[in-house]
Amino acid sequence: MRENIIVEIKELSKSYRRGSQSVPVLENISLDIPEGEFLALMGPSGSGKSTLLNLIAGLDQADHGIVKVGGIDITTLSETELADWRAGHVGFIFQFYNLIPVLTAFENVELPLTLTGLSKKERREHATTALELVKLEDRMDHYPRQLSGGQQQRVAIARAVVTDPTILVADEPTGDLDRGSAEEVLKLMERLSENLGKTIIMVTHDPRAAKRARSLKYLDKGVLANAPETTFSECL
Amino acid sequence: MLLKLLFRNAFRHKLRNTLTVCGMCIAILAFGMLRTVISAWYAGVEASSTSRLITRNSISLVFPLPLSYRDKIRGVEGVKTVSYGNWFGGIYIEEKNFFANFAVDPKTYLELYPEYIIPVEQKEIFLRDRKACVVGAKLAKRFGWEIGDNITLKGTIYPGNWEFVLRAIYTGRDKTTDQSQFFFHWDYLNESLRKIAPSRADKVGFYIVGLTNPDLAARTAADIDNMFKNSFAETLTETEKAFQMGFVSMSEAIITAIKLVSLVIIVIIMAVVANTMVMSVRERMGEYAVFKTLGFGPFFLAGMILGESLVIACLGGGIGILLTFPLAKAFGQAVGDWFPVFNVARETIVMDAAAAVSVGIIASVFPAWRAIHVGIAEGLRRVG
Repeated sequence: MRENIIVEIKELSKSYRRGSQSVPVLENISLDIPEGEFLALMGPSGSGKSTLLNLIAGLDQADHGIVKVGGIDITTLSETELADWRAGHVGFIFQFYNLIPVLTAFENVELPLTLTGLSKKERREHATTALELVKLEDRMDHYPRQLSGGQQQRVAIARAVVTDPTILVADEPTGDLDRGSAEEVLKLMERLSENLGKTIIMVTHDPRAAKRARSLKYLDKGVLANAPETTFSECL
Repeated sequence: MLLKLLFRNAFRHKLRNTLTVCGMCIAILAFGMLRTVISAWYAGVEASSTSRLITRNSISLVFPLPLSYRDKIRGVEGVKTVSYGNWFGGIYIEEKNFFANFAVDPKTYLELYPEYIIPVEQKEIFLRDRKACVVGAKLAKRFGWEIGDNITLKGTIYPGNWEFVLRAIYTGRDKTTDQSQFFFHWDYLNESLRKIAPSRADKVGFYIVGLTNPDLAARTAADIDNMFKNSFAETLTETEKAFQMGFVSMSEAIITAIKLVSLVIIVIIMAVVANTMVMSVRERMGEYAVFKTLGFGPFFLAGMILGESLVIACLGGGIGILLTFPLAKAFGQAVGDWFPVFNVARETIVMDAAAAVSVGIIASVFPAWRAIHVGIAEGLRRVG
């Protein structure tokens, strides 16, 4: 029986303009990601990993091809529709955490919920649950500057999952962390995938991070390719 | 959440934003003071009554009119009361002690100017005593005069030393009433002139005409002037407001320059606030990309930037408005000789507030446009 496909990518292409030149970044990518998958996207710098992630997350527009997430073709959505879609369907985890510095950990987690129709009480309950999930309920009144890098990334993860999105996208989530903090974040992501069935697509350079994923895709010069032997051996 | 964000963002860069708030405060203070100076210039016009006309020699105010015109003017339809007076131009001790002083027909004059409030008993004594004078409360305070004091003015237009006894002190009914004037009996001047310069006697500098109905002002003015057409002293009759405007228009170039400077101040502070907002928005481009990523739309971003700009502008503007009152009071005391009425008008406060809000809005337009139009991927690249 065919697995339930949550992300369906068909013949996806994207190029950037550099002056008068068009530089292809992704060429004819086709990929299916099943629901509950924890996928690592690897590849050298400039291979198009982050661009692919941005297109899946509706942050950028493709030149050609289809990206369906949860059955919705997001390439046909307008800017406003995309913003609404992102609010409900995508959770983001960034390399540099990207928390809002003037908001406390609790307020950062509550932020995406302000776009939903939830009452203040419901928002408080959801945000508290999300912070408990990342074991930071005792730091909810701390500002980002009062937290370590690992703690900030855990708050970012709480913010990403608080709206219960269809997919979680993570762009180098351990790229700015020391080994111990990176390990904590990866364990957390593993738990989100295994215990809560979250679909996670993670871009990483780090073989140790990729190793925690259940599947691995390798991009090279804008196309899906076979990973070099060393990469696989490091990840296995 | 939006309010929380814009207030916290407004004080995120404390030094820069405090300096901008100070700049805004000083600009609004300067704007308010300059507008108050302009208002002071127009105080005479503002205090003018619509039910009074001024009749003077059509050639110039320096040429007198015969006293005999009084009864003829009184007979014109629509005229209720006629008073008259002369600019005396006397000096108290030395020239720097300038104040306006007039010889007037006291009974009719006070009838026509109910805004000068005089205690009844003082008024009665003033009307009875031919050498009596009445002064405004501000003027009395300036020179420390009290009822019963002898005051000597040195005549410039009418030579000699003129002795007066202070019999009454008036206060103003309205805030715009000039309380720095000096009046005395026209008869006292005229009788002296009959002795020392008979050719100058029985002549008045101007008539003040009280109307039965202010709506008839134009017709009554025309009737008065027509009556003296082709006489040896033709008249020019106009409303008191127009008469006062004639004085103000002599300083029109200065007033226009002050108005321009006040606008330039607002434009400069607008640029300063806009610069602060541009710097803040440029620093936070990554954060705005995060907001967009989370699904926040352009209106939220614009609201956040506009709100922050308004907080800075209105805070500075508010402090500036509050400081305008004590500064205007101190300034008014220092330049009381030139501006007898120096009050911060309600219109000035409204203009101050409007200027602060306009600065806040306009300063945020370009930064908001930039924040809205930068792509998410580009914005996120600015993080780290």
